[in-house]
Amino acid sequence: MTGLLELLGLGASAELLSLSGWGGNLLRGLANSLQIAFGAFGLGLVIGLFGAYGKLYGGKVTRDLLAIYTTVIRAVPELVLILILYYVGSDIINKISEAMGGGRVEINGVAAGIWVLGIVQGAYATEVLRGAIKAVPVGQIEAAKSYGMPAFLTMRRVTIPAMMSFAVPGLANLWLIATKDTALLAVVGFNELTLETRQAASSTRAYFTFFLAAGFLYLMVTLCSGAVFARVEKWARRGQPSLKGGAR
Amino acid sequence: MISLKELMQPHRIVMMLVFAGIVIWCAFALRWDWIPKYTPLALEGLWTTIWILVVSTFLGFLLAVPLGLAQAVGPWYLSIPARTFCTIIRGTPLLLQIWLLYYGLGSLFPQFPWIRSSELWPYLRQAWPYAVLALTLSYAGYEGEVMRGAFSGVAKGQLEAAKSFGMPRFTMFRRIWLPQAVRNVLPTLGGETILQLKATPLVATITVMEIYAVSSRVRSDTFIVYEPLLLLALVYMAIAGVIALAFRRFEKG
Repeated sequence: MTGLLELLGLGASAELLSLSGWGGNLLRGLANSLQIAFGAFGLGLVIGLFGAYGKLYGGKVTRDLLAIYTTVIRAVPELVLILILYYVGSDIINKISEAMGGGRVEINGVAAGIWVLGIVQGAYATEVLRGAIKAVPVGQIEAAKSYGMPAFLTMRRVTIPAMMSFAVPGLANLWLIATKDTALLAVVGFNELTLETRQAASSTRAYFTFFLAAGFLYLMVTLCSGAVFARVEKWARRGQPSLKGGAR
Repeated sequence: MISLKELMQPHRIVMMLVFAGIVIWCAFALRWDWIPKYTPLALEGLWTTIWILVVSTFLGFLLAVPLGLAQAVGPWYLSIPARTFCTIIRGTPLLLQIWLLYYGLGSLFPQFPWIRSSELWPYLRQAWPYAVLALTLSYAGYEGEVMRGAFSGVAKGQLEAAKSFGMPRFTMFRRIWLPQAVRNVLPTLGGETILQLKATPLVATITVMEIYAVSSRVRSDTFIVYEPLLLLALVYMAIAGVIALAFRRFEKG
């Protein structure tokens, strides 16, 4: 193995990327990135579910406020939102801590990343889930209502299973955006994959090696998630007619 | 668009009053005294943002047409590289691509004497060529995928009719295929252009002085945190609004 790498002239790169060297840092960064992406995606889903219900069934004011939320979040660059939400979040926490008699709090990078990206993801998830819920035939929800099913039970038993097949493609896209948006947190100084890569690259001057390695890691995450979501979509569409060969 | 009558519902009037109140509070309670000093810099930054957006969108679209065509109808030795390019661009974060080009190529070029002595060297030492290149490739990668769908979505009968008139292949492409494909994806293109606008602040990380970098400069010079960021968000919303309106005009006309 080593001989083969030497033969290809990649011996130096392999040494740089070894797990005991900078490779370990890269993998730790990847773990941080994935943790933030999972958390943000989950938070986004929760916000999105409430947002979608609010947009569809809420009162006039709720609907208008949600429209402002989704429009503003989707028109302002993520980088700017991340900075605003980061400062707002740390200010609020520090105010609370001072009010309770504590000093300034050091903010956990992962938690801050999840909060910031989750709010951003929530706006997109709201739109995806709203579209999916609207695509569920009204009769199904009305049937549940006419059986006297409580609203929450209807959501759990009827709406969510029925809308899954419409929502999964959009949600898969959102998950990919979440993994890639974690890179933006490098700008506010979280030790996720992109920042770890840059630190490794600038201290060894081997820019190509490290950036290509990080790109490879991101690409693997994307491709693996693509495969997973294909399975999930198949599961969500079980019992429905196949799309293959249908009208396109 | 929302009509005036819809705007004049009681709850919306109350919301607008609350909003106006917030704006007035912002105007008086927050600090805006830094604005006059930084206006020239901000205008320059705004101009940089806009021209980087326009140039990279235009070049990216030019690149996306062959990419989409290669994927839709090209032979395997063209379609596989095109698909690989799109997958790689769409599968990795733009920030990483920008840093790879700027730091990677930027550290590679000075090692070659013939590059250092060439006419292009003064440009290659600056940051903006890398920024434009990275944004162009990114837009081309995302758009290549969109154009693939657009090209294969044009009705076959149209192309067959053109062929039966004896139209040369290039004329057929220019007059029938491309215009119909572009018209079908205009709404998507509008959305993608707004996404591209939202990607431009990333080039501030490689020292390009655009509007986001100006706001960072204000923040680090004066320690005022929220005001520049709020103003910046407003500027981006305004540009996004202009892009959305422009594309709506295109779609109609």
